[in-house]
Amino acid sequence: MIQVEVSEMPFDASAAMDKLGQLGGGALASFTGIARDDGGVIAIELEHYPAMTDSSLNALVNQAVSRWALLGCVLIHRVGRVKVGEPIVFVGTASSHRTEALEACAYLIDRLKTEAPFWKKEHHSDGASHWVDAKSSDHKRAEQWI
Amino acid sequence: MKLVYFARVRDAIGVDGEDRDFPDHVMTVGDCIEWLSAESTNYSVAFASRDRLRFALDQQMVCEAAAIEGAKELAVFPPVTGG
Repeated sequence: MIQVEVSEMPFDASAAMDKLGQLGGGALASFTGIARDDGGVIAIELEHYPAMTDSSLNALVNQAVSRWALLGCVLIHRVGRVKVGEPIVFVGTASSHRTEALEACAYLIDRLKTEAPFWKKEHHSDGASHWVDAKSSDHKRAEQWI
Repeated sequence: MKLVYFARVRDAIGVDGEDRDFPDHVMTVGDCIEWLSAESTNYSVAFASRDRLRFALDQQMVCEAAAIEGAKELAVFPPVTGG
């Protein structure tokens, strides 16, 4: 079971986990990224490159599926304005064993952060807004999977 | 060729996309960036920090040295920050 979704609306990560749990595997792993209040941030705006986003996310999922024995994989990413406290991204994996599920989950979020065409803009309570800079630590994490 | 810009790059240029015909000597992504940069300040400012630019040709990430021949769409954007 593979599900890749770009959502303009808040999504239900627990519903995605339930679906993965019904696949009969012995291991489920997940990562949920949540918009956080980083020094007065009230919302994060997610811009993306619509013509490229789906193919980019599907390519990542296909790479994970070919590298690890997965029973299922779910990847959901928000776009548009996301309020603090709401999920931005969900990665869920199901497998027979924990190693596959955990590694594939880490692989997907690490690679997504450096390859999928999304850009974050932080909106602050005083009305200011600014684009978020990419972190070199994210690139180091992504490179470890090559 | 269709050009599309995102995030900080789009803000600096002032448009989210445009159609351009490049002269024959413009053969790579890097050539496109240099050619546009020489045209106006908007582009030269937007493209000033080359190490903070990323490129996609027909929705595939490429490096500056990639040949543009045959491509329909060039996207220019900052390093991605999703997730």
